[in-house]
Amino acid sequence: MTQTCTITMTVNGEIVSQQVPTRMNLVDFLRNEVGLTGSHVGCEHGVCGACTIEVDGVAVRGCLLLAVQADQASVTTIEGLANNPTGRALQNAFQKHNALQCGFCTPGMLASAVEYVEGGGSPERTAIREHISGNYCRCTGYQSIVDAIADVLENASS
Amino acid sequence: MTGPINPFDKPNSYIGRSVERADAKRLTQGRGQYVDDLQLPRMVHAAFVRSPFAHAEILSIDKQVAEKAPGVVAVFAGADLTDHVTPYVGILTHLQGLRSPPQMPLAIDRARWQGEPVAMVVAQSRALAEDACDLIEIDYKPIDAACDVESALAPDAVVIHDEYQNNLAWERVVDAGDVDGAFARADVTVVERTFTFARHTGVTLETRASVVEFNPSDETLIWHYSGQAPHMMQAIVAKHLGMQEENVRIIARDVGGSFGIKIHTYGDEFATAAAAKILGRPVKFVADRNESFSTDIHARDHRVTGRIGVDKDGSIVGLEIDDLTGIGPYSMYPRSSGIECNQILNLTGAPYAIDNYRARGTIVFQNKNMMCQYRAVGHPVAMAVADGLLEGAAHEIGMDVVDIRRKNLLRDDVYPTSSAAGMKFDDLSHQKALEKLVELMDYNGLRRDQKEARENGIYRGIGFVSMVEVTNPSPMFYGVGGASISAQDGASVRLDATGALHVSVSITEQGQGTNTIIAQIAAGIFGVDLDRVKVTTGDTATTPYGGGTWASRGAGIGGEAVLLASNALKEQVLDVAAVILQASPETLDIKDGAIVDLADENERMPLSDLGKIVYYRGNELPSDLAPELIATRHYRVTDFPFVFTNGAMAAHVEVDIETGFVKVLDFWAVEDCGRVINPKLVDEQIRGGVVQGIGGALYEECLYSDDGQLLNASMADYLVPMAAEMPDIQVAHIETPTKTSVLGAKGAGEAGTGGAPAAVMNAVNDALRPMQASIYQMPMTPQRVLKALGTV
Ligand code: FES
Ligand code: FES
Repeated sequence: MTQTCTITMTVNGEIVSQQVPTRMNLVDFLRNEVGLTGSHVGCEHGVCGACTIEVDGVAVRGCLLLAVQADQASVTTIEGLANNPTGRALQNAFQKHNALQCGFCTPGMLASAVEYVEGGGSPERTAIREHISGNYCRCTGYQSIVDAIADVLENASS
Repeated sequence: MTGPINPFDKPNSYIGRSVERADAKRLTQGRGQYVDDLQLPRMVHAAFVRSPFAHAEILSIDKQVAEKAPGVVAVFAGADLTDHVTPYVGILTHLQGLRSPPQMPLAIDRARWQGEPVAMVVAQSRALAEDACDLIEIDYKPIDAACDVESALAPDAVVIHDEYQNNLAWERVVDAGDVDGAFARADVTVVERTFTFARHTGVTLETRASVVEFNPSDETLIWHYSGQAPHMMQAIVAKHLGMQEENVRIIARDVGGSFGIKIHTYGDEFATAAAAKILGRPVKFVADRNESFSTDIHARDHRVTGRIGVDKDGSIVGLEIDDLTGIGPYSMYPRSSGIECNQILNLTGAPYAIDNYRARGTIVFQNKNMMCQYRAVGHPVAMAVADGLLEGAAHEIGMDVVDIRRKNLLRDDVYPTSSAAGMKFDDLSHQKALEKLVELMDYNGLRRDQKEARENGIYRGIGFVSMVEVTNPSPMFYGVGGASISAQDGASVRLDATGALHVSVSITEQGQGTNTIIAQIAAGIFGVDLDRVKVTTGDTATTPYGGGTWASRGAGIGGEAVLLASNALKEQVLDVAAVILQASPETLDIKDGAIVDLADENERMPLSDLGKIVYYRGNELPSDLAPELIATRHYRVTDFPFVFTNGAMAAHVEVDIETGFVKVLDFWAVEDCGRVINPKLVDEQIRGGVVQGIGGALYEECLYSDDGQLLNASMADYLVPMAAEMPDIQVAHIETPTKTSVLGAKGAGEAGTGGAPAAVMNAVNDALRPMQASIYQMPMTPQRVLKALGTV
């Protein structure tokens, strides 16, 4: 039977408090209960990276965490990304370099990119490729995504 | 005639400029609208029970416990849908002899592949629906399965469909000239190879998704669809759900990748639509990744034996191929599963001047998931076979692989011409593309590096492909065979009161940038700022009738319709302006959102003034003037079955002969897709395509056990190209506009996927050559490379 639990978390700066089934994962909670459909689901087993979001400052897979595990946490999704200057710079660079086609991987890709840039990642292409290699993109072939991230890093250093 | 002769040379034309996509801004902010984002009032969720066996009789289905489970609204077995859905048959009459039995959304009496939907639960949430799926009792009696393509036609093979004598689906033979005579000549060297291409699949990051709503009060159905061909879906939904076509509306908003995957009739989706109709409320079905792997169409799965004959100068004297492929238990509806094999027969060797050509194709049924048209349909196989044989022959006679192409590629001055298989070609540039490629990659320099590296025990290889790509198909592709699939597209362009343009067009957007290039064409041809153009696509209720975006047709066909409609609207607007300004329309033009004098571009009136007069103050116009500020035009390709493009590509790889790992170091693509509307978007199409092609060449394979169980139906087990393994890809263009349209654009979406596998395979073989090893099996996994090297 479905058990429930009441949880409270801060999502993009807003406090959300709700009763959820204990088996519901965090990305389903954000998408279906909070209405933040910007985070996507591509595999539900931690491989594709489409559901990547920031929980308490760390990029995590929203499908591998239960919503109840994020009780009391602070969560940033793609919808809140523009509040962060790095997030905004990456969004602009993704547009400029056309680092997306269908856009389904983009929210997760941006979350991984924010983590990389804020973590002091190097603008070296191989290093960028290595970092985003947990985020699957079927459309772009990745080059334009690497261009966009490198652009942000180079502009930050210049 | 109004305006300059060549609209593309106008200084304010947007055509040929890499403008940014408006959609990109929306999608980077998490404001996409994919099907699964939709929540409708009273919506319920579908989940499916799927056959665990590749082949089994279904003896009984007991739904009673499931029906009483928490949150369950309804449970359906196959037999419950027979009154609601008519069977569908995936044949096209122009693929003469292709056969396939009728299909229903859910298996009835017999399941024919592991993953085939057998029963459906509709419940208040997906989780509750899945819970109830576990409570359905199904009694199966497994039957021996016919999975292996090679033995599917053996006399003792299990026959999958009782109504047929054997598992043969289709056969075709092409025979032109005298191959045997050519191969028998004393001065001819004949090279034979057998190529294997594994099954792989599209792995769109957004899985197949549908929300279907039915309103019993007016008998209308709306299908929120993640796919490429709304009007095709409208026609087949109406037909098989027994509805009037005008009561079916298909809406495709953002689509998270498609590549030919989301353009077919899937049983689970049709069952979802039937449930929505029966229940009178919205039903959502989103495939999970496991369902995607086991039921999204697969592609390839070809064994091809090929022989090429060359004379002492390296001229090709003849080519022969024999292709065997398996398509699963049915031919997919409505496009059929015969097209890939047919394309292979049509296209193998097509870039080269070959008089003697023989090809045989055999398609068999098998107890595996269904196969159909995935990005680059047939091209990866056709190109790898021809160019693999050609490079083999070059080495056999001691000729350079570029020189042998120079010798045999169709000359750039022979057009129009036809191939031995009957393909009509015009406006191609094989020789120019090859020369540009050789320069771009610094071929001679690479050969020197390769030699040096080999001396240091590093094995690098260079491989090429010269290719053609089928784009802009005419009605000869599907319509001629009886399918409700439009080859023409329509565009309506409307001038609004404030001087903005609204374009609605029947092609669709899945991330290629369709909406952007449509806006570029309309803005450039008509004469307004790009940001004053709004584009609507993907809705059968609001766009003209048309085919959608597939077979690299969006820009070439839909783009031309937009061009024609924009030109027509311009003439209409100038006629109105001429009356208001008391000038003759021939002396006027439209530029930057204003009516100007053609001669000196002096502004006479902003379009917003004209719009306001027409829409609000019609009293100021003469009563015999009937202004029309909307124009609609349609376009189809008429004189050719397809408009071919050509390209030349090269791969540079390194093979670790200890581990068998192949690393693609560099990749170059020179593409002639005619007039380039947005260079950045075209380049990105090619890059994405190349990476999909590299995936097929090196990683991707749907692995089945002997008894038809899909073994790697998860993203952890099915390998796809990820960023770390992929090279940067250099793209360059030759622009030979097609004469079939004013716009001159051909397709570009599939070239990379069609060409890359051949180039990578040739490069790997080039790297392995010092060891006298070779590999013609894709994907070229480390284990297979080591096997080729004789180390395992
Ligand atoms: S959906 Fe979470 S990693 Fe794929
Ligand atoms: S843009 Fe489509 S998956 Fe990345």
